[in-house]
Amino acid sequence: MLTEALVLSAILFVIGTFGVLVRRNAIIVFLCIELQVNAVNVSFVALSRYLGIDGQLFVFFVMTVAAAENAVGLAIIISIFRHYQTVDVDNFNLLKW
Amino acid sequence: MTEFHPLLPGLIPLLPLLGFLGNGMLALVAGVRGAAELRAGAGAGKEKLGELAPPPWMRGLPSWIGPGAIGAAFLLTLMNFVGMARSGLEAPAIVRYWDWISTGGIRIEAALQLDQLSMIMMLVITGVGLLIHVFSVGYMREDPGYARYFAYLNLFVFFMLVLVMGASFPLMFVGWEGVGLCSYLLIGFWFEDREKADAGKKAFIVNRIGDFGFLVAIFLLFTSLGAVDYAGVFGAAPELLAYGGSTATAITLFLLIGAAGKSAQIPLYVWLPDAMAGPTPVSALIHAATMVTAGVYLVVRASVLFALAPAGSATVAAIGAATALFAATIALQQYDIKKVLAYSTVSQLGFMFMGVGAGAYVAGVFHLVTHAFFKGLLFLGAGAVIHSMHHALHATHKDWDAQDMRNMGGLRHKMPVTWVTMGIATLAIAGIWPFAGFFSKDEIVWYAGAARTGGYGALFTALWGVALVAAVLTAIYMTRLMVMTFYGSNRTGEREAEHLHEAPLVMTIPLSILAVLSLFGGWLNVPASLQESVFGGFGLLPMSDWLERWLEPVTELAQEIHLSHAGGYATASPLGGGAVLWAGIATGVALVTVGLTFRSVSKRGIRPASESGAPVGVVRGLLYHKWYVDELYDRVFVRPLLGASRIAWRWVDQILIDGSVNAVGSVFKALGWFGSLFQTGQVTTYAFVLTLGALAVLGALLL
Amino acid sequence: MTALLDAVGYDAWALHALVWVPVLGAIAVVLSSEERSKNVAFWCSAGVFVLSLGLWWAFDSAGPLFQLATRTVWIAPWGVSYALGIDGISLMMVLLTTLTLPLAILGSFQYIRERRRAFYALMLLLETAIVGVFVAMDLFLFYVFFELTLIPMYFIVGVWGGERRIYAAVKFFLFTALGSLLMLVGILYLYFRARAGGGAPSFYILDLLGTPLTIAEQLWLFAAFALAFAIKVPIFPLHTWLPDAHVEAPTPGSVVLAAVLLKMGTYGFLRFVLPFFPEAASHPTVVAWMLALGVIGIVYAAWVAAVQPDAKKLVAYSSVAHMGFVVIGTFALTVNGLQGGLMVMLSHGLSTGALFLLIGMLYERRHTRLISDFGGLARVAPLLATAFVVAALTSIGVPGTSGFIGEFLSILGTFERYPVTAVVATSGVIFAAYYMLPMVQRIFFNRLDRAENQRVNDLSGREAVILAPLVALMIILGAYPTPVLSRMEPAVRAIVEYVGSDGEAGALAELARGGAEVRAAAIAPIARARTP
Repeated sequence: MLTEALVLSAILFVIGTFGVLVRRNAIIVFLCIELQVNAVNVSFVALSRYLGIDGQLFVFFVMTVAAAENAVGLAIIISIFRHYQTVDVDNFNLLKW
Repeated sequence: MTEFHPLLPGLIPLLPLLGFLGNGMLALVAGVRGAAELRAGAGAGKEKLGELAPPPWMRGLPSWIGPGAIGAAFLLTLMNFVGMARSGLEAPAIVRYWDWISTGGIRIEAALQLDQLSMIMMLVITGVGLLIHVFSVGYMREDPGYARYFAYLNLFVFFMLVLVMGASFPLMFVGWEGVGLCSYLLIGFWFEDREKADAGKKAFIVNRIGDFGFLVAIFLLFTSLGAVDYAGVFGAAPELLAYGGSTATAITLFLLIGAAGKSAQIPLYVWLPDAMAGPTPVSALIHAATMVTAGVYLVVRASVLFALAPAGSATVAAIGAATALFAATIALQQYDIKKVLAYSTVSQLGFMFMGVGAGAYVAGVFHLVTHAFFKGLLFLGAGAVIHSMHHALHATHKDWDAQDMRNMGGLRHKMPVTWVTMGIATLAIAGIWPFAGFFSKDEIVWYAGAARTGGYGALFTALWGVALVAAVLTAIYMTRLMVMTFYGSNRTGEREAEHLHEAPLVMTIPLSILAVLSLFGGWLNVPASLQESVFGGFGLLPMSDWLERWLEPVTELAQEIHLSHAGGYATASPLGGGAVLWAGIATGVALVTVGLTFRSVSKRGIRPASESGAPVGVVRGLLYHKWYVDELYDRVFVRPLLGASRIAWRWVDQILIDGSVNAVGSVFKALGWFGSLFQTGQVTTYAFVLTLGALAVLGALLL
Repeated sequence: MTALLDAVGYDAWALHALVWVPVLGAIAVVLSSEERSKNVAFWCSAGVFVLSLGLWWAFDSAGPLFQLATRTVWIAPWGVSYALGIDGISLMMVLLTTLTLPLAILGSFQYIRERRRAFYALMLLLETAIVGVFVAMDLFLFYVFFELTLIPMYFIVGVWGGERRIYAAVKFFLFTALGSLLMLVGILYLYFRARAGGGAPSFYILDLLGTPLTIAEQLWLFAAFALAFAIKVPIFPLHTWLPDAHVEAPTPGSVVLAAVLLKMGTYGFLRFVLPFFPEAASHPTVVAWMLALGVIGIVYAAWVAAVQPDAKKLVAYSSVAHMGFVVIGTFALTVNGLQGGLMVMLSHGLSTGALFLLIGMLYERRHTRLISDFGGLARVAPLLATAFVVAALTSIGVPGTSGFIGEFLSILGTFERYPVTAVVATSGVIFAAYYMLPMVQRIFFNRLDRAENQRVNDLSGREAVILAPLVALMIILGAYPTPVLSRMEPAVRAIVEYVGSDGEAGALAELARGGAEVRAAAIAPIARARTP
């Protein structure tokens, strides 16, 4: 049972990572990050069965933080879109400097 | 014989200080008023610098405060003098006020010392000072900086009194630098004139070179004797310092640097002629009668140390003799009346140095006192002449130099009092019997020839010759000055001549008093050897050797050391003959010189300055240009120093030090630039690298 | 006076108040309006000054070495404590600081026109930091305050400065930060060495004193500490940040920088470098180097000053020359030398502070600092000229002013042990006149020939109030420095004896061995805190 859960988690995580690295649309990138986060959540829940309640506890933390992160991240993407009229991440290189 | 109780000695310097504060306040008020009017004028586009009429009390108050403070100090000094004379004081009376500097390593008290030497100096300073203050009331009356002038002058007297009354070397140094400061302020009194401000600055800086020597001497005293107050130093010196030892010699040589700076001796004399830029009474007080004699005072005060260092003493004498001759030659060929007097002062100070260097401390002080009388008089007389010339030239708006003797001539009809009094002073400085200078200069020359200090007999014989030549030159340049100024026909111009007039009473009275002093001042110390001869009035002059006896408690110890080690003085001059014979020869030569010079200068056709060119001939040119010493100093010291300063700034500071600092910065900047090449700014790139890195770490862990 | 102080329990709260009241003031400034902030800042700093005056009487020069000492636990596991205390040296430095700040703030009323609240808040924070440096008895606390001075100063130069303010501010920051980071390493090394001896962990100065160190360790630590302080002083050739910082800083910044910040460097030498590393500090090679650098500083800086076209830069270089006297006086390790060095520090604070204020006033009137743009100002501004001349004369060291006392004693103290060095240093008196008088002449004397200069105003009432105490103190300290000297004497003597015997004799050694009651009293609270 654990193996299956962990394999699922790994597959989800790799999909998410792949998406973050190759997709150009910021919204999609953002969704992929969610996928990664939730892949981790799956691992937490699965492992909590053997290692105690802590794992489930962490899931709530992660979900809360992810919600906050979504709010901020979407706000940033919207304001970027307003400025550049695009959400293609290739155009964003403000970090250089 | 009662015990001597100093009478309010602290009040003597305090009074001039209070005068300074009072006049200083007035000066600031006047300055602020003047500035306000000036600004108002500048706003309206008017050009009226320094010609604004102040209210009458701005004139009246300083005229009373300035001389009043000095007069009160003089009275107090006189009372103390009487007390001291009655008591037969042996040890100096020291009055302590407060712990000035007390660090735990050294303790210097603010204490005043009254003894016979400081008393003589105080009398000269307050006495002659008072006369010059009174004279200034007339001389400076129309100057817009009237209150400021008296403030500085009072401050000067304060510092001068501290100089001579202080009971320790550091305290003397306070006065020493203080008078230098006042000299700076007064030379540059008319500071709007660039040259005058420059002259003040030069005086201060050159004096500072001397002060450097003085300071080092104080340090040496402290480390070798453990004391810096007179009582401690002179008590310990004979025991701790070996006769002729290197410490004693070093101390005296450093003291000599200080003395040479203040008393304008070679090689530091260059500031004094320039100092003539100040108002003429200032030249009389500071640059003739008092401040410049501080070096002589210093040597006499430290006579114990100098007696212990024959080499130091001989150097003092040699420098004095060289200066006396050198300055006298320059004085021969100057046309500015004050310049002649300035070089004459330098030369006379040389005589004093020669005297004290030969161990004749009393003779040095004696000449100091008489010189204060006659040179003060000469300067004040010159001031009266310049005052009158200035008025005459101003009245007709002629742009001639009011101080150039070539523009004068024939003034004896216009200014009889000035003429007579200056004549007396000229005879005095030329060394003609029975005027004051005769006795004092004769004594110095005699001792210079008779000294045999520690094996330097031959040197002193040579100095004696130099002194004789310098004395003759003195008679020549002074006669030349008198003739060019007062005799012949007037060269100022016809219209101008009508405006030439005698100075007011407030100026002529001090002149007359000084003339009397120049006439009789020599009787203070008629040598015993001359007492019974014609020069001593066949015993009629009552005060034989008075100064010698008066100063004995001060110079006793030095004389003792001198006699026990150096072997006293010869009784005959180097060419044989006794004191009386040489006194006769001296006054005779002086008379003849005066006569010959009078004839030859009178015959010379002198043209006004504007019509005469530069002097002809190599020697005359050399003398006229003062041996080009200023130019030499400029090339050898001033410009190299400035050059070195520029190099230090531009090359060392900006390029070497700052350059290397900035170079370090540049290196890191370059490194940063290199690193920035790896930054694309795209999050995906970073994420990709991050993933690779994570995989690599994971791989490394698994393997 | 002492009765009054006792009645209010002055000893117990004075030092805390001096350190923290400025912070309260800074908060008040931030809360006040832009217009009113300057008054709030001034009255706060003036109040601190009045408070600090009590120290003059509260400090008993016959009492223990460190007085008004308090100590409470701050970070217990590391042995960091909040420990304050003063000796005679700190006392004078604190008074100088609390005097300078209100005057500097008052002097900035015209100059600072933008972001006033921020400026005055930073000035007050700066005061806290500087006072903290001078009263901290814990090395960690000292370091915190020492670094804390950097931040306000960085912004004061960088925000309110002249054209090249960023360059100057960054240079200032990098120079000093570099030095103090090395010092931090040194502090930690010292701390762990002291701990290795077996005692409880502690940054308390008296605990660290007398830590057994090999001579090699001492020399390395000496280098680390000395570099930090030498940059601050500054000692040649580490001085080039100073002219830039001064020229670019606004007037009040320059005043505080010259009058007090530089003194933190020389203070550091006296408080830490000499007592912590006595063998290194009296090592002949070290002494030779320090003396040589001091003397070079005196002569070299005077020369460079003489050819500066900018009046402010000239005065900045003159600071370097003055600090040279402090360096030689300190490393001569004689009572006179140290006392002289301290007097130079005080006198320099007064005279250079005044000169920067005056140059600032000239700048406000004419918007230039080039000496050649002036001339003849004594005619239109006699009061300003008088104040300037007095300050310049103090800077030159004319007797009768405090400058003379300092120079005389520091050179005298040096001469006692190193005559040749002292003689070279004495030539500084000539060069001081060589750079200062031409400036005075070219600004105030000569012909008043420019129309702009003819309209220059004399001192206003506010400006006169700023300058009057400075001028008065220069003269008073010149005529009667003994009260100051006698208060500093025990501390100076303790340092000299301690270092002279390589850390074995004297009052400091006694304190280090725990013999003195001050320490016992100070330790009591921390001991209570440790016991569970």
